[in-house]
Amino acid sequence: MTTAIETTRLGRRYGRRWALQECSLSLPAGHVIGLVGPNGAGKTTLLHLAVGLLAPSTGELSVLGAPPRAPGTRTKVAFVAQDKPLYPRFTVADTLRMGGWLNPGFDQARASAHLTGLGIPLHQRVGRLSGGEHAQVALALALGKRPELLLLDEPVANLDPLARREFMQVLMEEVAETGMSVVLSSHLIEDLQRACDYLVLMSRSRVQLSATTDDLLAVHQILTGPRSHAEAITSTHTVVQASYTDRQANLLIHASRPVIDPAFTVRPATLEELVLAYMSQPHTGTAPTLRPVGSATEA
Amino acid sequence: MIEFQLDPSSGVATYLQLAQQVRQALRLGLLQVGDQLPTAREVVAKLAINPNTVLKAYRELEREGLVGSRPGQGTFLLRSLPGPDSVAVARFSRELSTWMRKARTAGFGPDDVEAIYRAAMRNCFSEGAA
Repeated sequence: MTTAIETTRLGRRYGRRWALQECSLSLPAGHVIGLVGPNGAGKTTLLHLAVGLLAPSTGELSVLGAPPRAPGTRTKVAFVAQDKPLYPRFTVADTLRMGGWLNPGFDQARASAHLTGLGIPLHQRVGRLSGGEHAQVALALALGKRPELLLLDEPVANLDPLARREFMQVLMEEVAETGMSVVLSSHLIEDLQRACDYLVLMSRSRVQLSATTDDLLAVHQILTGPRSHAEAITSTHTVVQASYTDRQANLLIHASRPVIDPAFTVRPATLEELVLAYMSQPHTGTAPTLRPVGSATEA
Repeated sequence: MIEFQLDPSSGVATYLQLAQQVRQALRLGLLQVGDQLPTAREVVAKLAINPNTVLKAYRELEREGLVGSRPGQGTFLLRSLPGPDSVAVARFSRELSTWMRKARTAGFGPDDVEAIYRAAMRNCFSEGAA
């Protein structure tokens, strides 16, 4: 399988502080990959390294099989930055025209038709658009490049729920049509759950977990039962998070095989529960890459 | 044609939810042999979910022999799902009732029985799947 982004012990330092370190990832192409983690975890740094806005301090990375700053790579990759910078005094049509000048192969007609279809007037100045419309123009500008890989840094963070949904619908339809790879960072777990089939959890400048969402959901379970029985479980499964009362144990485990102790109630962990559990335990990680169910082993 | 719904709080992978809804619709007669499933693009446009998820659900149903895809046309239902055999249902229900009466006589309450039942079910069906 081809990779969208491949990194080997990638690191980036600002002065003495490491924004990203020991990052080894192999993100498969053809997926919508979610980057999740607390603020300052290194998500934006990783995205900026991938588009070549930053140079690595250590390690290596390749994007679609080549260095990020190679000319051939740049035409295949599009990036929507967190604040979605556009020129406020340009009209929407001017903005798309600029996209055409700056990007060979830019499909201006399609971008125009697309924004018109969303009810965004092309003669409007960008500075007078609503938040949702502004985001759609930024997305249309990126999609007009017909990228093989689209990177988005918290694309829906400032949008109202309806604009957020519309943005994700447009993005997912484009994925359905073109099969492009997407990497997006977000704090909104519901959006990640719907849109992403692959998740990368980051914490304190490191990668904690990287796996398909289906694998993550299949192997993480929440167990509730008597504390006296907990030892048998914690010694044979990877415990992501545990909380105890004097008699009860609540465990979120990475189960390598089914738990059959009848004293425990078992249910699948939701994506939100498991993301929060890992985020609150920044030192827990089940190896850089979680193996698919069936071949899962203890970390 | 059916319309998919998602339960984000269920902890069940989205593709499994979609596949389950197709099977359920077949059992209830909402879908019949020859009917077309919504295209990935249609599902995506409505639910804002990942298109690979829809394709994965359809592949799962294809492997079960329930649907087939015709290139350029879409995914169609190939066979129906028989409702459960009522004689067999009655027999298993009788056996389970006998077992439950025994459990109650032995002093087990509904919660105990449920815990035993769930553990046994998990045990039994995960053996089959592994």
